[in-house]
Amino acid sequence: MSHADTMGGHAGVMEKPAFSVPAKKMAMWLFIIADTATFAGCLVAYGFLRNATPDWPRPFHSITNVAIMTFILVTSSLTMLFAIDAAKAGDKARAFRWTLITAAAGALFALLHIREWLGLIGEGMTLLKNPWGTGLFGAAFFSITGLHLLHVTGGVIALLAVGIRYKRGRYNADDLEITGLYWHFVDLVWMFVVPLVYLLNLTH
Amino acid sequence: MAIAEANKSNISRYVIVYVCILAIAGLQFVIAYSNVTAPQMFARMLFLAIVEGALALLFFMHLSDNHQLLWFVVIFTVFVLLAMQYGWTDSFRELLGAPWSSYSK
Repeated sequence: MSHADTMGGHAGVMEKPAFSVPAKKMAMWLFIIADTATFAGCLVAYGFLRNATPDWPRPFHSITNVAIMTFILVTSSLTMLFAIDAAKAGDKARAFRWTLITAAAGALFALLHIREWLGLIGEGMTLLKNPWGTGLFGAAFFSITGLHLLHVTGGVIALLAVGIRYKRGRYNADDLEITGLYWHFVDLVWMFVVPLVYLLNLTH
Repeated sequence: MAIAEANKSNISRYVIVYVCILAIAGLQFVIAYSNVTAPQMFARMLFLAIVEGALALLFFMHLSDNHQLLWFVVIFTVFVLLAMQYGWTDSFRELLGAPWSSYSK
């Protein structure tokens, strides 16, 4: 792809992109850095609360659900890479198929997450109270996992929208790669959420 | 032909990194059931999460292919997180007495 393509046909009018990276990709990186600060803020706040609260609940009896969710999300990152590789090789049908598989994995992750939430709500956990200890746990848990779930849901929608437009020829392989960056970021955040929010709160 | 070969080598690299990330995630689950204190558990899990994140950043998000962008992302992210720490601790400065706090009991 020529530089003119990535600049939307305005090469010569617009400045060269910084760091030899197309502007759209750089914008995604800046968004990811900003979002990193958001999640870091939430996780640090969670750490403060957990350390400062003596009766912090440990409500998770089993790691099975969170292990399956982790497996699905990490695998979806791999399928996203397959989609991007196929797109760069010019194989539109295969790229679209892998994008759909990635979106399906994301949707499955979201469903498992909601099922887990419903289970906890069924046990009496709300934003402000729970049967095991401090009421802060519900607020912290639902805020962090809810923010992540929101990102996953947004990612699934973005994958479908970009995938369909890529298939129709409106978007190119670079656009798919940029969406992939976001998807990998969602996976990366989960790598920190799992130990801090789930594994440190297992019932022993 | 060359593109197909490059694709094949890319895919095998991705699969190796994927297996490594899954293995590290598995290790975190093992640590969760190990008989260590909470701070030790926290430190070990955080270390493993950072390794997982670094692998994803370098190989899934392709930062290993663009060193200039890698440095930009690392330096900018660290700056943002440090700046946030300043603002963050500010809400505790009177209670903790740092930094430049005038709080007295």
